[in-house]
Amino acid sequence: MRTLPPLTLAAALMLGSALPAWAGSYATLDPQHSRIGFTYTQMGVAMNGSFGQLKGQVQFDPAKPEAAKASLTVPLASIQAGSAEANDEVKGKAWFNTAAYPAAQFDTTQVKALGGNRYQVSGKLTLKGRSHEVSAPFTLTPQGKAATFEGGFILKRTDFAIGEGSWADGGIVAHDVRITFSLRVLAAEAR
Amino acid sequence: MTPTPTAYTRTAIALHWLMAFGLLATLSLGLYMADLPLSPSKLQLYAYHKWAGVSLFGLLLGRLAWRLTHQPPALPSATSESQRWLVQVMHLALYGLMVLIPLSGWLMSSAKGFQTVWFGVLPLPDLLSKDLLVAEVLKEVHETLNWVLLSLVLGHAAAAIKHHVVERDGVLARMLPFLAKP
Repeated sequence: MRTLPPLTLAAALMLGSALPAWAGSYATLDPQHSRIGFTYTQMGVAMNGSFGQLKGQVQFDPAKPEAAKASLTVPLASIQAGSAEANDEVKGKAWFNTAAYPAAQFDTTQVKALGGNRYQVSGKLTLKGRSHEVSAPFTLTPQGKAATFEGGFILKRTDFAIGEGSWADGGIVAHDVRITFSLRVLAAEAR
Repeated sequence: MTPTPTAYTRTAIALHWLMAFGLLATLSLGLYMADLPLSPSKLQLYAYHKWAGVSLFGLLLGRLAWRLTHQPPALPSATSESQRWLVQVMHLALYGLMVLIPLSGWLMSSAKGFQTVWFGVLPLPDLLSKDLLVAEVLKEVHETLNWVLLSLVLGHAAAAIKHHVVERDGVLARMLPFLAKP
């Protein structure tokens, strides 16, 4: 039997120590590297957009996912809906009415582990003065001393009176809007 | 060699008039919709305009196929060399614009970040990625090409009417058979 050359062993040890798997919890949302996006269809054409701003808190311990909590606020005027004309339009009364309802608010009610790095979050989404329970599967990807939470769900815009009056017809702007999120949350510092 | 035909085929006549009405309708729609405030009907009209543009491009391919496989009827023998040259240039310019106008519209749409999906079903690839400055340039190009096309179409129609009224040589009747003398 041949022994491993000492250099190989040293290299393996160094590689192993260069990527420490963070075993603790994640606690600080990094809005600069997080994104709330959306996709929908308009006259059969796939469109996408995003919100430029995001605030909130996330508490997530992989050892106790059911105790996880998130409270997210999305200032709706930060929307990028695809064109300047659309950005102005969706701030108006028929859509978000940002003058009266400036932000979307999400608060978790439950987080369940689905096995592996997959989880399911449920919570209360408040938009334009209306609240509904929404639920989204997500994956957790640790990267050094942070993790990315990625997932999405279908929001029915009519549930929140988004796009009223002449815009209510789902044949032009579809009723189903897929909301996607990618949240980078920094690890809680070891105390 | 087959002798030069004396008339356009029915297919050629049908394709010509379909294109004429299609172009005028799509161009008018384009002029009307561009300055509308954002509304559901504006989104619909834009979609219809794009669907029509793609359809007219398909029709153009049909016309080119006809032209490549058929000889058009001869010009009246009295046509001078310079007039023959002018006819060639005019027809080439009309075909060229019928190619370039839908292409510029398609590219502009991509540059604006709106993919073209024919009848909401068949997506055309985006050859350009979203770039609003490029889109602004393409919008100018698309508009200018349309004004040139409209002028040439008016010139084309004026020439046809002149043939009918002044020369009385039956050129217009080749495209409008009911005008032919019995």
